[in-house]
This record gives sequence, structure tokens and C-alpha cells, in this order.
Amino acid sequence: MKVGLFITCLVDVMRPEIAEASVRLLESAGCTVEVPMSQTCCGQPGYNSGDSVAARDLARKFLGEFEGFDYVVMPSGSCGGMVRQHYPALFADDPDLSNRIDALAQKTFELTAFLHDVLGVSALPGRFAGEITYHDSCSGLRELGVQAQPRALLALNPSVRLTEMKDARACCGFGGTFAIKYGDISSAIVDEKIGHIHASGASCVVLGDLGCMLNIEGRLRRTGDNTTRVLHIAQVLAGTASDAASPSATDEAR
Amino acid sequence: MQVQSMHFKARSGQKLADLRLQQNLKVLSQRWTVGRTNAIAELDDFEATRDQAVERRNRALANLDVWLERFEAQAIARGATVLWAETPEEASRLVVEIARRHEVAKVTKSKSMVSEEMALNRHLEAAGVKVVETDLGEYILQINDNEPPSHIVAPVVHKSKDEVSDLFARVHKRPRLTDIPQMTREAREFLRPQFLSADMGVSGGNFLIAETGSVAVFTNEGNEGMCTVLPPKVHVVVTGIEKVIPTLEDLATMARLLPRSATGQSISNYFSILTGPRAPGEQDGPEHMYFVLVDGGRSGLLGGEFQDMLRCIRCGACMNHCPVYQKIGGHTYGWVYPGPMGSVLTPSYVGLEKTLDLPQAATLCGECHVVCPMKIPLPDLLRKLRERQFERGLRPWRERLGLAAWAFVARRPAIYRPLVRIGARVLGWMGGDAHRIAQLPGGSGWSLYRDMPAPVGPTFKERWAKREAKAPPR
Repeated sequence: MKVGLFITCLVDVMRPEIAEASVRLLESAGCTVEVPMSQTCCGQPGYNSGDSVAARDLARKFLGEFEGFDYVVMPSGSCGGMVRQHYPALFADDPDLSNRIDALAQKTFELTAFLHDVLGVSALPGRFAGEITYHDSCSGLRELGVQAQPRALLALNPSVRLTEMKDARACCGFGGTFAIKYGDISSAIVDEKIGHIHASGASCVVLGDLGCMLNIEGRLRRTGDNTTRVLHIAQVLAGTASDAASPSATDEAR
Repeated sequence: MQVQSMHFKARSGQKLADLRLQQNLKVLSQRWTVGRTNAIAELDDFEATRDQAVERRNRALANLDVWLERFEAQAIARGATVLWAETPEEASRLVVEIARRHEVAKVTKSKSMVSEEMALNRHLEAAGVKVVETDLGEYILQINDNEPPSHIVAPVVHKSKDEVSDLFARVHKRPRLTDIPQMTREAREFLRPQFLSADMGVSGGNFLIAETGSVAVFTNEGNEGMCTVLPPKVHVVVTGIEKVIPTLEDLATMARLLPRSATGQSISNYFSILTGPRAPGEQDGPEHMYFVLVDGGRSGLLGGEFQDMLRCIRCGACMNHCPVYQKIGGHTYGWVYPGPMGSVLTPSYVGLEKTLDLPQAATLCGECHVVCPMKIPLPDLLRKLRERQFERGLRPWRERLGLAAWAFVARRPAIYRPLVRIGARVLGWMGGDAHRIAQLPGGSGWSLYRDMPAPVGPTFKERWAKREAKAPPR
């Protein structure tokens, strides 16, 4: 099974270890992973900022790079939502491309949805131990219905203890450029989330989207919390979490 | 109502710093989100009911002109007068004329958001007519120097009980009360004589029923009946033209969803279907009944990208569940309708230029779409408004420049890759030993409140290229 990995632009730069963990998970489940090197961005920043022309251009580029694979997988619910939900809407009136775009959307998956729903993964490649709580990132949850999959996969590891936080499905306040344009509102929202994370008693919050990750971790550190770890679900499932750059991540799981 | 949406940023800052408001909003969001969840669980099949309601509303909107004419004919046949207003201002003029014709000195009002669009109280007062708001929340706002509502269902939700206690003591000149039943009793003592001495009652309308020429009103306090049925000579219904539904059966479907989505009630405390003025032999009802049906930008949405918005039944679920509304409250949005539905309606009704922040000040988290009983794709509509802003060059130059640069580079892998490689190095260097960046150049909106976790080491593509170079050929 040939899987094209869409790294996502943020992971490529900010947290390459998440893409490495994704590769580990996919390969250990028997997939052949390829990474088209010309990939850049799915177009979401332009799409959400009103530049639908740029979004369409990048969707065409993405189509050219990925339509040859059996599946397209990415460690992000929001990029996944972009390809699965919004690409088809962008090309609904384009008779030349809409069929190809729809086919691409059908075989594109957020990482945990792919591992669980398509591959039916029943064993994990690595070890990770600890008490975690899980934040449902908005696009994955509401555009793709990713909610049970990460939890089911986490349950495969008996050393992971999941304590649900209050309002796990509430937005963390990131919202792409919203976090910069309305930084004050955004941080008030993330403070709410951080309160719930702390109240859960877990020492580590796990999630599936890099935007939320940077937002939550950035606010935790700014407000003086240097111990609560923020990890991507791929790192926890692949057991590579100890390599994360989280300040407190140093040796805990090594 | 005057548009204040251009002050969104300044106001949101003030609201975030208002600790009492923050506390009040927290209570609201908890109570109403839980209330809705419990209430919709009572329905055997909430989703199917919702689908049915969407279909019924769509059917009404697809032939809106036909149903409105049907409504008009039926209402006239039952003795009511139907008047049409293209703008909210025109609607106010019509109501003032009605008041003059019947020599009205005092009007009691039941809750109506359309009357806020019309600034009706101001126009009536200018014509020498005394107006008394009788919905408890609206009454509180009126005696607090005509403060605007901050929520479409619970207009005074931004205030705590203590604030209302202080206000009552000051305005009613009575000893300060803190027990809610005692406070409402006091309000009733002040309102009851108003009901009995009013010449005209003004109400909103949740739905207009075409087949019977009736208006349906969902309320919780009983004041609506006092305004419309009990003493006054004249009852005026003001509502939007999109509120018409073909049949009573349609109404039954709406009734299952509206109170549940709004306040978490299975049904509101009062539910009236009012049809025509008092007929010979009838015991109650007004002598004259008028409908003032307002367009106010609604027909402009018909047949276009934003038609879905006209399905809105004003339940407020979108704002109750909105992470942004929960933090800044309704006044920040600067016009009649706050929250996600308001962020779509306000630009549509009063113009894109005056409301630049509204479509942008949303995380697009999608919860509003999830809870909307009418399945209005609010995030998509907000995004479409962003598109219009972008196409019309209404965004600030720095944002446009940034977006253009991003689009230029993202389309060109040959430039993108080296730039990203350098970017990762620069960010890594900026992060220092702690791997965090306290000051993001050009990103003060981020840096004022958060660190930026910094990358460590080369990009994934670099690592992958290295791995591929080592790997035996497949």
C-alpha cells in the first residue's frame, strides 16, 4: 500500500519529529511511505483569509503531487479537513477537476483516522508511559469526525493513562491568523483550555494539530508552566515522545 | 440602531478586562450549553427533526414571495392590516403613523430584535409616545439609560444579579433587594400599571404562518399576552419577512427545536398563536392588529451565497456555544445581532466596510454549525465574507502583502524549500537554549500573550532527503 505523506508546512519547520513519528507508525503498519518533495502548503491560510484563488492553485498543486498514491495521510485534522471538505467545495463548479478532486478527498486521511479506520491497527511500534489528557482539535473533530480514533489507539498502550479534561472538544482559541489578529481574545480562550488541562491532573496534553499545539504550549510557557508537556498524538503512539523539544520532555520516557 | 462594529477591537479589549462580565459570561455558557444538550436528548431523533426543519425552512424561502402573499391575504381576511417596509427606518415610520392614527400616548413592548434594527423606541419617543419595555431583561436595559441588548434571547445576560439589585434600588427608589423572586415582584409592581394604561402593544414574531395569517410568539414571562391581548386597542407585530412558514405543521417542527436550542427548555413557558384582531363575539384581543414586515436587507440574501442565513430562527445557540462570544459578550459586536449569526448578518445588512472585524473575529472552530438547529453553515458563510473583503481590497495592506508573499512562495517549491530551511534555522537560533521565542518579529499579536515554541534542528524534508540518500534503492 503506497501512502503519500503530506507533512504539513508547520510540522516540516516547527516539529519535524511529528512527521518522523508518523512515518514510523505508517511503516510499522506495513505501508510504503513516500514524501513528495515539492509539497508546500495545503492552501488553508489563503482559503481562510479570503484568497480563494491561491487556495485553488495550491489545491491543484496538491492534486498533482498526491493523486497517484493509494492513500494520502497527514498528521493534522485541519489540513485533512481542507483536503477532504474544502477542496471539493472549491472545485464544485469545475467539471474538469471536480471528479479528480473528489477522488483525492476520498482517499485523504488524518493520521489517526487512517491508522484506525483504514488500517485497523492493533499494535503500536513504541513505548510511552504517562498520564495524559486529550484535546480534540476543532477541524479534525468537527470536519472529519476524529474523536474515537485517537482514544482507541491510545488504549492500545496500557502504560498510557487517559484522563478526560472538561470540555475537551472546546476550541483552544488558535484559529490560524485569528491568534495573531485577535491575540487578546485568543489567549483568553486558551487560558480556559489550560485551566481544564491543569484540572485534569494529567502531566501531558496530547492533540492532533500543530496550530493548537503551538498555541497551548506557547501560552503554558508564557504563564510560567514549564512542566506540562504538549505532545502530538503521533509522538505518543509511535513512542518517540522523549525526543520532543518540550522543555520537560528530556528523559522522562527514555 | 447605529452601527458600532468598527470599534470591535477596542471594545473586545475592554470586555476582556471586565472581570465581572467574564464571570457572568462563564455562568451563561455553562448553563445554556448544558441545558441545550439535555433538552435535545429528550427528542427521539434530534437529527431527523433538524433535517425536517431545514427542509421546511428551505421550502418557505424558495418561494418566499408566494408565502408572504398568502400570509398577507389570510391576515387581511382575518381583519389585520399588513404593511411592508423596505428599510428599518421605513418600518419605524409606519409604526409611528399607526400610533398617531390611533392617538396612542403609551406603548408597551414585548421583546423584538427587529425593533432594535428599527431603533423603534427612539422614533416613538421622538413622536411623543412613551414606550415601556416589558420583557424583564429589556426593562432592565431600558431603565439603565437605554442600554442595548447583548444577546438575542437573554438581552441582559451580561449583568449579574447584584448589578440589577443596585439598578432597581436606584431607579425604583426602594430598598435594595437581593432575592430574585422579590426583585421580579418589584418589577411587576412597576410594570402592571403600564400594561393597564397602554394604548398600543408592540411585539416581535418568531414565525408568521401563511395558511392562517397568524403570528407565533414563544416567550417565558407572560408579558407578551399583556402587551398584545389584554388591554390595548392596537397590537402591532414587527418582524422580518424571512419569518414566514407555510403551515401550522411547519410551526410544530420549529416548536420542537426553538426553545430547546435557545434556553434548553422543552417548550417555552408561554406560546401564543395570534390571529387577527378581536372578532365580534370574542372576549379578548386588540381592536386593531397590524403587521409591519421588514425587509432590511433580507431580500438581498435570497438566491445568493448567503441564503442559508435566512433560515435562522434566532435561538442564540451559536453565540451560547461560541468561544469568542463567551469571552467578549454581545456588545462588542456593535449592532443588533452578536455572535456567529450576527457576524454574518451585520455585514450583510449594514455593509461590509463598517464591519471589517466581524467575519475575521472567529476561530472557525465550527461549533456554531454543529449546534445550529437550522444547520446554517456559519463558518463557511464567515469565510465567504472574508473572501468578499479580500476581493474588494478591504483588508489592511500588511495583511495583503503577507498573504501575497505566502501565496507566491507556496506555489513555488524551488523557492519554498530553501526559504523554509533558512527559516527553521533562524527560528531555532532565536529560540535559544530554552527553545522558545518571546518576541516574534511582526507577530506581536502572538508574542504579547504567548511564547512561540522554536524548532530544533533541520526540517523534516532535510531529514527525509538524508534518509532516502542512505536507503538502498527500492
